[in-house]
Amino acid sequence: MRPLNKKLLRDLWRLRGQVLAIAMVVASGVAVLVMSLTVLEALSATASAYYDRYRFADVFAGVKRAPDRLAGRIAAIEGVQTVETRIVQVALLDIDGFEEPAVGQLVSIPEGRQPHLNQLALRSGRLVEPGRSDEIVISEPFATAHGFEVGDHIDAVINAAKRPLEIVGIALSPEFVYAIGPGSLMPDDKRFGIIWMGHDALAAAYDLDGAFNDVTLSLLPHTEPEAVIDRLDPLLEPYGGTGAIARADQISNWFVNSELDQLRTMATILPTIFIAVAAFLTNMVLGRLIATERAEIGLFKAFGYSDVEIGWLYVKMVMAMTMVGIALGWAAGAWLGRFNTQLYAEFYHFPFLLYRPSPAAFVIGALVSLAAALAGTLGAVRGAATLPPAEAMRPPAPPVYRRSRLADGRLAFWLDQPTRIILRQIIRWPMRSALTVTGIALSVAVLIMANQWLDAINHMIRVYYEDAQHQDVTIGLVEARSETVLRDVEHLPGTFAAEPMRIVGARFRAGRETHRGALYGVPRDATLAPVYDAAGEVVDLPESGLALSEKLAEKLKVSLGDMVQVEILEGRRPVLDLPVARLFDTYIGMPAYMDLDSFNRLLREPYAVDYVHVLADEQARPAFFAELRELPGVASLMIRQAAIDMMHATIGENMLIFISFFSIFAALLTLGVVYSSARIALSESGRELATLRVLGFSRWEISYVLLGQLGILVVLALPLGCLLGWGLAWLIISSFETELYRVPLVIERATFGKAVLITLLSALLSAALIRRRLDRLDLIAVLKTRE
Amino acid sequence: MTAGSVEAMAAENELPTFRAVDLTKIYQAGEVEVVALRGVELALMPSELVVLLGPSGSGKSTLLNILGGLDTATSGQVFFRDMELTDADQRRLTRYRRDHVGFVFQFYNLVPSLTARENVALVTEIARAPMAETEALDLVGLSDRMDHFPAQLSGGEQQRVAIARAIAKRPEVLLCDEPTGALDNETGVVVLEAIERVSRELGTTTALITHNVVIADMADRVLSMGGGRIVEDRPNPTRRAPRELAW
Repeated sequence: MRPLNKKLLRDLWRLRGQVLAIAMVVASGVAVLVMSLTVLEALSATASAYYDRYRFADVFAGVKRAPDRLAGRIAAIEGVQTVETRIVQVALLDIDGFEEPAVGQLVSIPEGRQPHLNQLALRSGRLVEPGRSDEIVISEPFATAHGFEVGDHIDAVINAAKRPLEIVGIALSPEFVYAIGPGSLMPDDKRFGIIWMGHDALAAAYDLDGAFNDVTLSLLPHTEPEAVIDRLDPLLEPYGGTGAIARADQISNWFVNSELDQLRTMATILPTIFIAVAAFLTNMVLGRLIATERAEIGLFKAFGYSDVEIGWLYVKMVMAMTMVGIALGWAAGAWLGRFNTQLYAEFYHFPFLLYRPSPAAFVIGALVSLAAALAGTLGAVRGAATLPPAEAMRPPAPPVYRRSRLADGRLAFWLDQPTRIILRQIIRWPMRSALTVTGIALSVAVLIMANQWLDAINHMIRVYYEDAQHQDVTIGLVEARSETVLRDVEHLPGTFAAEPMRIVGARFRAGRETHRGALYGVPRDATLAPVYDAAGEVVDLPESGLALSEKLAEKLKVSLGDMVQVEILEGRRPVLDLPVARLFDTYIGMPAYMDLDSFNRLLREPYAVDYVHVLADEQARPAFFAELRELPGVASLMIRQAAIDMMHATIGENMLIFISFFSIFAALLTLGVVYSSARIALSESGRELATLRVLGFSRWEISYVLLGQLGILVVLALPLGCLLGWGLAWLIISSFETELYRVPLVIERATFGKAVLITLLSALLSAALIRRRLDRLDLIAVLKTRE
Repeated sequence: MTAGSVEAMAAENELPTFRAVDLTKIYQAGEVEVVALRGVELALMPSELVVLLGPSGSGKSTLLNILGGLDTATSGQVFFRDMELTDADQRRLTRYRRDHVGFVFQFYNLVPSLTARENVALVTEIARAPMAETEALDLVGLSDRMDHFPAQLSGGEQQRVAIARAIAKRPEVLLCDEPTGALDNETGVVVLEAIERVSRELGTTTALITHNVVIADMADRVLSMGGGRIVEDRPNPTRRAPRELAW
């Protein structure tokens, strides 16, 4: 082996502490990148293979009742490949040992065969036998949540009649990867499940013989779904069509995609931060390392080694340090990627999992890290390579210090000499001090950003479910009914109050902008579930006109006083021109509200209510549910507390794991920055510190000189880090803004506190490691050696 | 020094500042054992200025380091007055250096971020009965350069600051390891004058290591070392002032 290479290996071994510190930082960046990219890749690949294999439809549409012969006309639309008509309904389910009724979405399947589209992935049992109206296949998550097996029975209230049903199969479907019940924001597998039944049984039960109320289409390759939808909607409109949606807007797929988008953002922003810090660290360490290697560099050059050879030596050194980090990052990233993919796969209940990470993620991670580290060290390497040998062998001139206001002002009278050393060193190298402060601040920022998610989501839950809503249960009706239903509900045992609500599908138009959504009718004097804005204030609904969420107004490009055309997609389908009478800010969705009374007047319909909010006595709950089951026309049930619990549990599962990863990485980052800074400071001022020891300073006193400097930098970094954390959280939140929800920028004081505490602990740990080195400082060497 | 002369001094009934008995130091340098000191016997008396001569590796620095409490002996004993240094832990050695010993190094070892006065203050802040920083700098003739940083001082000036720093605590012992090694003649003389002056005015016991035989002429006593032993112990009755030395 060439002597330069031997020197390289030995230097790496000698500097192993620092090599490890840099490697840890590089590894954090690579691990986060590899983890995010492989999870992204695995989930995308799994979802798309799942969609392909089980023929997930491209267009979805609901109607009130359309004759089967319409299918032929739909199939004739240009670009349509397959048409599948079916019956979709919602029913209450009675489950033994489960107090409240669960909600089942009933979906018809053709008699005796798989549907052409949205096929079932059977996990156990079989499909429904032709002609068997009492056989069902249920979704696996629902089965798992209740411990159902093939052969078990469920009672369902189908069109007001209680029917015992036998589970013959358990299945998954690409259509319900993310199964969300009516009125919920998160999947709740205990309270919402999919029930597949034979077509004829459902047709008979809902009086839909020779008719359908739901249609799904697959399209020929390279067909724009919008073009098909434009021709499909007019066909369905006479039959109560509520407007078709493309796969991109299908709720389950939308959630899967938005999760993938989140991951993509993670995979870009976070590793960038980690890798930037790694580059900065490598730069700092190498620059200062070369400063202490001057004499040796001069010697090598005196022997005749060329600039290129010496430059290459240090390039190799950087690469070796970075490679250690890359290897660690690969291993950690691959493991975490697999772990997280499994976690997501469990959450989504994919029938299979494709985790075959391509080399791309690993290569990208390695290249980005190497490039960042090399770019960071370019200056130092160039400096080393171009030093004239004679100059290199001379010790560097003592650094020139100057008086400054901080160390020499009026305050300075009170300073002892060690404190003065600390202050002058910080001021003498402002750039280096600033970089160290920035490095530490960035790790504080990453910690804040990671924990901010929990704060934001807790805040959303609080505003949306706790401040805005006071009902215990929300009952959804199969179809809109007259207000007499309120009286029926008020008579349920333990009911204190009942409040109506109306939701109709609507298309909003203003100028060239359109939005397909829903119009909510809420009483102006609502107390159980009034309209709330993001600030937690009740929105005073105008007597007439629309109260629009600012997001929707933004999308439609309207402001107060402008007119919006609202096409109601139900009943008589009136088209209304309504003024924007109020704007309000909200985190979730882009809703539009109206006063319920004026809403019903405009619709000119006898029906007034399709949802009822109920405040009910907790003690009377069993009797309440028992009688509710007997109430005709109830389609769904949302229990507020259960929804809150579910949100917290899901977030606890997913978010906490994610957050703890980032907390660990950020702590490693702090450790890396603080330890490296301290190690370099030690090698630079080792002679000075040993001199102080010789002069009679104790170990504690010299530790003060070295660690006091770091302490000041850490203390300076904390507020800066809090500020950067705020900025980073803002950045990530803005990039996550979607039509469905905006994450609020809420950072609890405890989050700042936690970040500061973790940083301080990492700094203390580094200080303890350095302190051990200080104890072994060689006093004798000081007397003789120059460097 | 021979055992006989140690007894002779003890007979004068004056307690020596340093007394070494059968002092041995063995280093483990890699897999090689280096015997730096082999049973050294020594006594240094109060106010005495002793020059240690000898080639590289003769053990003079090791001896000075052990006397200064920077290094420990492998066997044998060293006493500072009646305190046994060979028996002291790190804490007591730190205390000993802080209270009693002044060091002057070949490469000055000033703290670059502190001015001349502040470098001296570094010591006066932690010493028990120090002199004023100005007084110490006055003693080495640098009262007009007090507020300069090391980078603004010449080598000789830096070394004189180091001497001022060493003596500001009024040490009983001044240990100088090649104090003129990095300086030219002229500057070296100025530095030696400073050492001589402070050791005389403060009555310190001074030990000075040098390669330069000429410098031995300013000593009360000259110890020559070789192979880890004191090979010659020669009193110098005709002390010469540093100004008269030429090399």
